[in-house]
Amino acid sequence: MGIFRLLTLLLFALAMPIVANAQSEDRSEDPGQDLLVNLADAPASKVEDAIQTIVKSGDERARGWLEAYGNNRLSRVKDTGQVVIVLNNRGRDWEIADPLTGENMGEMSRRDLDRVAINNRIRGQLEGILAMLDLNAADPDVREASAQDMMGKVDASLVAPLEAQLEAEENAAVRDRIQAALAIYRVGEGDVEAVDVLAGSLHPRARAALNEAVRGGDPAMVTAAKNALASIEQKLKLNSAAETLYFGLSLGSVLVLAAIGLAITFGVMGVINMAHGELIMLGAYTTWGMQQLLPGQPGLALMLSIPAGFLVSATAGIIIERSVIQFLKGRPLETLLATFGISLILQQLVRTVISPQNRTVVTPDWMSGSVVINDALSLTLNRLYVLAFAMIVFFALMMIMRKTRLGLEVRAVTQNRAMARSMGIRATRVDIMTFALGSGVAGLAGVALSQLTNVGPNLGQNYIIDSFMVVVFGGVGNLWGTLIAGLSLGTINQLLEPWAGAVLAKIIVLVFIILFIQKRPKGLFPQKGRAAEG
Amino acid sequence: MTIKKHVKLGLSALALSISLNSVAAEDPIKVGILHSLSGTMAISETVLKDTVEMLIEKQNAEGGVLGRELEAVVVDPASDWPLFAEKARELLAKEKVDVIFGNWTSVSRKSVLPVIEELNGLLFYPVQYEGEESSENVFYTGAAPNTQAIPAVNYLMNNIGVERWVLAGTDYVYPRTTNKILETYLMDQGVAKEDIMINYTPFGHSDWQNIVSDIKSFGSAGKKTAVVSTINGDANVPFYRELGNQGISASDIPVVAFSVGEQELSGIDTGPLVGHLAAWNYFMSVDNDANYDFIDQWIEYTGDEEAVTNDPMEAHYIGFNMWVEAVKKAGTTEVDAVKDAIIGVSVPNLTGGYSSMMPNHHITKPVLIGEIQDNGQFSVVWETSGLVAGDAWSDYLPGSRDMIADWRKPLFCGTFNVKTGKCGASAGEMAAEDAE
Repeated sequence: MGIFRLLTLLLFALAMPIVANAQSEDRSEDPGQDLLVNLADAPASKVEDAIQTIVKSGDERARGWLEAYGNNRLSRVKDTGQVVIVLNNRGRDWEIADPLTGENMGEMSRRDLDRVAINNRIRGQLEGILAMLDLNAADPDVREASAQDMMGKVDASLVAPLEAQLEAEENAAVRDRIQAALAIYRVGEGDVEAVDVLAGSLHPRARAALNEAVRGGDPAMVTAAKNALASIEQKLKLNSAAETLYFGLSLGSVLVLAAIGLAITFGVMGVINMAHGELIMLGAYTTWGMQQLLPGQPGLALMLSIPAGFLVSATAGIIIERSVIQFLKGRPLETLLATFGISLILQQLVRTVISPQNRTVVTPDWMSGSVVINDALSLTLNRLYVLAFAMIVFFALMMIMRKTRLGLEVRAVTQNRAMARSMGIRATRVDIMTFALGSGVAGLAGVALSQLTNVGPNLGQNYIIDSFMVVVFGGVGNLWGTLIAGLSLGTINQLLEPWAGAVLAKIIVLVFIILFIQKRPKGLFPQKGRAAEG
Repeated sequence: MTIKKHVKLGLSALALSISLNSVAAEDPIKVGILHSLSGTMAISETVLKDTVEMLIEKQNAEGGVLGRELEAVVVDPASDWPLFAEKARELLAKEKVDVIFGNWTSVSRKSVLPVIEELNGLLFYPVQYEGEESSENVFYTGAAPNTQAIPAVNYLMNNIGVERWVLAGTDYVYPRTTNKILETYLMDQGVAKEDIMINYTPFGHSDWQNIVSDIKSFGSAGKKTAVVSTINGDANVPFYRELGNQGISASDIPVVAFSVGEQELSGIDTGPLVGHLAAWNYFMSVDNDANYDFIDQWIEYTGDEEAVTNDPMEAHYIGFNMWVEAVKKAGTTEVDAVKDAIIGVSVPNLTGGYSSMMPNHHITKPVLIGEIQDNGQFSVVWETSGLVAGDAWSDYLPGSRDMIADWRKPLFCGTFNVKTGKCGASAGEMAAEDAE
């Protein structure tokens, strides 16, 4: 049946100015009512037909209905049988709207609504239909995305309209996508020539189609598909190497971020702070709190969380330093036990005051998704941002330690406390400032981690061991060591993971570090000179 | 509305005053609650403690049981497995509780088992688990593999047409046993070995880049692929995030999870996850008045409009009501009498039917498959036509195939081998042996 004609009809209707007379029309006379009831009433086997009827009707509101249906937002009022669109389905009362007029109908108890069921299979088909509609969008990017969505979703009924679309399409990228989408279908139908189109494609669905063809019987097809796959494999290898490297650097940057604050407090000051993980956690909770304060603006909240997270953790750090650590100077074992106690207190405090449950931290739109390099290689955006953030924090910290008066004083006090004091440096104040700096950086790590992992009371525990590992491996007291150690441990871990599995990879890395420390007790970059002996 | 509320309030106050008069005469019945309130498992277990407390409060408002008031005795085993055994001993020996509701992880249950059997206590365990166990003193109100995993796999196979399988789990006893059962089951169904990929990750795993990328390439072999996930708790959030970021949508590679419920989803932005699946015996979104009443009660009790309910909470709801019925039937809280009385007891569940206690100490439940929606809830897309009875011993593992559990006399055994006709060691003895 000429679905193309129907689509053009539908589009024609879409292009028409929306006529406002729908409002005044009697409900029962509106054909939309029947279409929707027909869809809502359809048993599982008839849903497809009901969708097709809606598409064929050419109603200008069809797109909105189908989208609402795809998003699980179509419901029926139990008493009257009226089909409504649910605007907000959180909580016990749902906000609903009339699908015919778009008029907001206020809130209704969810007890009185019956959801129109949809499942993955139907959602997949809907995506195909909606993508087909979008192929006519003015924006070439939208067309390209929808052509991409068509891959693997083309069936017999869509071939003719797609071919017509290909004729009309002028944008080269979109044409390539449509051709690939058609080729996937044709390979499935046994068309050997179509294999050539897919030969260089890295798209998983293209590979899936070729793999399927290899399993098929036709010898000509099998050879062609095998050749095409071989050329794809070659490209894939390169891409997957690049991917692993990116994974490694990204894990490494997380390790660096978590450890860099510790590199200051433990590395430079020599304080074994077991509550470091909880300072990270505080930073993450600050992000959550900020998002609660600024609902609807996750991006702005995240940006504000960077200074806020620093301040919160730095303040917590000062309190810990003043109340506990200063009295335990030079007694590492007691410091370890006391800060471990603090870490437990902080965890339980969060559990009691906020909640033992994880909190939702929303990822802003500009941080979701990925940068697509090609079909096989895409760099996830949130990790890319964290990688950049880790580098910025690292170099900023480097500058502080190297170029500012605080940095100079810190180095002076840690190298020779008595001498520094006699030169007029207030050692106690420097202690506070250094600890605050290290703690604040931990807070920054928390802000970044809130975008990657759970924000919950256990957040810190997951990172404390890794942080110590990185600092010790890199060489205590050396910021560069921390950077190199973090990045290399991350990369080693990701290289091992594909063939050793996540559990074994972790163990191997730990064993490696133990052996390394046996050989070089002072880590990758040991401190040299008189400071090292002090 | 308000008038109705006032009447309701008045009635319950009346009931309360009546019950207070009659209750004061006798000692209260003690109900032990053994759930972690601190440590890693607090995230899941605190709500279960609250659930039992809420149920006790409601029962007391209705006049208690046998004219006696119920009293909650709460202890905190702090996510520390050996401490679970100590706290269980404290509840039974010192507090002399009549029943215990508790535990989440299998390892904590195994730690408690010898104590419960030694002191002849009653334990209601509300979480889905790997099966292969039936103790005289434990009632399993969560799902066994055949009331969760097997129906879910059947759904994927028959309704979605999945031919290639990724079994991904956290590295501990529940995922390992479940995956062993599933692997045998899938191979029995004619799935080739190379079409099954098994992957384990440590607790709290947060870096999923490589694994998700592997799943993606495993899924591009031209056969419909699905992930069966037994990934536990916290680790799910970064896993789902990575799936979303790497652009794996549910129509490409659906993930069906056995440990992800409303509670876990409340920590994630579910937008990119729409359509991924979970298999449970209860969903908060189940359209049913009993369920809506329970939710209203829960929201009122917690005072949090956003509070969610989940499957283990329903399991406690069922377990608690079954115990109350059994005590009424036996006319006493005495453990042996309740144990006998409870078999065959049937109470309403929250999905619109009745659940009954089977002789193997497991219960009957419907199996539901739900798809994740953008509001953090599941929408039910499939359910079993009837109730499924939990199976203590899986039919798909070589050693357990011949075992049955039946706690009615004369058999009265949790490890009866039908081939040899002998009764093996009790669950507590086995757990104690494993621990050594």
